[in-house]
Amino acid sequence: MATEGLVRPRLKPAPRAPLAPQQAIDAFARRHRYRWWEALPWLAALAAYVLFPSYIPLGAQILATILFALSADLVLGYAGIVTLGHAAFFGTGAYTAGILAAHGWGEPISGLLAGTAAAALIGFVSGCIVLRTTGLTLLMQTLVVATLLYEAANKASWLTGGDDGLQGMEVWPIFGQFRFDMFGRTGYLYCLAVLFLCWLVARHIVHSPFGRSLTGIRENVRRMHAIGAPVRSRRLIIYTIAAALAGTAGALIAQTTGFVGLTFLNLDRSGTVLIMLIIGGVGRLYGAFIGVPLYMIAQNRFSEIEPVYWYFWLGLMMIIVVVFARGGILGLAERLRR
Amino acid sequence: MSIETLPAGNALALESRGLCKSFGALTVADNIDFRLERGARQALIGPNGAGKTTFVELVTGGLSPSTGQIVIDGADVTDLPQAARVKRGLARTFQITALFRRLTTLENVTLAIAERDGVAGGLIRPAGRHNRVIEEAFALLETLGLAEDALRPVSALAYGRQRLVEIAVALGLSPKVLLLDEPAAGVPSGESGLIIEVIERLPPDIAVLIIEHDMDLVFRLARRITVLVQGRILVEGPPDAIAADPQVRQVYLGEREHGRGGR
Repeated sequence: MATEGLVRPRLKPAPRAPLAPQQAIDAFARRHRYRWWEALPWLAALAAYVLFPSYIPLGAQILATILFALSADLVLGYAGIVTLGHAAFFGTGAYTAGILAAHGWGEPISGLLAGTAAAALIGFVSGCIVLRTTGLTLLMQTLVVATLLYEAANKASWLTGGDDGLQGMEVWPIFGQFRFDMFGRTGYLYCLAVLFLCWLVARHIVHSPFGRSLTGIRENVRRMHAIGAPVRSRRLIIYTIAAALAGTAGALIAQTTGFVGLTFLNLDRSGTVLIMLIIGGVGRLYGAFIGVPLYMIAQNRFSEIEPVYWYFWLGLMMIIVVVFARGGILGLAERLRR
Repeated sequence: MSIETLPAGNALALESRGLCKSFGALTVADNIDFRLERGARQALIGPNGAGKTTFVELVTGGLSPSTGQIVIDGADVTDLPQAARVKRGLARTFQITALFRRLTTLENVTLAIAERDGVAGGLIRPAGRHNRVIEEAFALLETLGLAEDALRPVSALAYGRQRLVEIAVALGLSPKVLLLDEPAAGVPSGESGLIIEVIERLPPDIAVLIIEHDMDLVFRLARRITVLVQGRILVEGPPDAIAADPQVRQVYLGEREHGRGGR
């Protein structure tokens, strides 16, 4: 029945490719090379240190929050894991470093590493559970993890200070040399150095085969299964790494501000970091460097000008980005360049 | 249930033995004994709802059977997850294009080759320095006539070429068994010749199973045809015999009458 009427289209042979294999390899290799504009955030950070001395404490918070948003970008932007509980890891890092400093161990580097390790542990354990699911279920479960930690910190007030926050942190000088001064200069440079190192790590991960396979998981998880990728373990690994970096960010803020409170763990914190990331641009590694300063400086300015209604202006900013700049500011820049 | 046991090293690339799957009272695979020889060019056809997709899912590991076994290259993989079956040489394409749309064509294939070589989880060396993987991916694209699209995102390609990338990603795994799930689905008939040509040129040692609706394509490519109806194998044989088979004619013509009547 079906063999009849069969047409055999004669096709021209495939046109000779203008591309040489070496060009393809070069195109791949170019991606992990450093480009000049990648120096801009760091130059800007150093310039801000010199030009705006009175904003240095805010600057330190911005730098640490960039790290927090960068870690969120690894899970959301690269692996496509939508989370509303990223503050769980931020808070874990902050409380770990804070409790150490309040109980007689104020050495900052080891405190920072302890915060990182504790957050990685929480990330790994909770990841084993929540990453079995996807989509909205996953979203709810990440929220549950953060809420559980929030309530645990609230109840364990003998350890965390509960509602009042953790009091009496004493952070020692870095390397026994550089004291955290009242102007926040040391804190700023400390945050900058840690952010820089973590950015190098994140950048390396993103450009590694592992990082590329994460984008594969984000783009089409069914296909990743079909090419034999161990999807679940890859997701767990990046979730743990991102948790660790979020913990580093939390520990940085705890050490530089000398305070940890329950707000470090709440939903507001998890949501805000996503908003900052979305404003800057998700899945681009540099979205955090744009969205976080913009949001936090705007928040700072608006709250001074308009102490009551400043949230309105932030909301307006968010709406503008969502309506006119899908993909965030970096997404907009990419479209304009084309 | 008596299952014929075959000695290891037999000539079968893929085999299902007494494969059954039911969802509650609904039986979607009913005692399927299927065999695909090494280097085969075989087609699996059947009317809508015959259980073709279920069969593919059972073979690849997306579903687990109620009873029965799946054997790839002589090894029982019934209890192995999808990834482990891929490692044993089973690759598939999708009826509805399932690619990494925002990534380039080259990268789509690179991801598959990196998985096959076991370097895809690497964190130390940048992806751009895995020259062998990239070279092989590019060479594969060249053989499929896709080299000029290598650096374009898949989403920017014409649909017919996306269907070729579907096949390229599966070939990147260097499979022993290749399941092509409606390789020409949605492609205008003028362009499907390109896909047929690519399938014709596939390395002869790969066992190819084509799951297809398009009879032209089936009769051009398949040397054996298996007809699946209501979860069972109705008949299997060379194309001529299938085309002449009264049972097959009845199923297809019967279905057509129903289809017309329904509309």
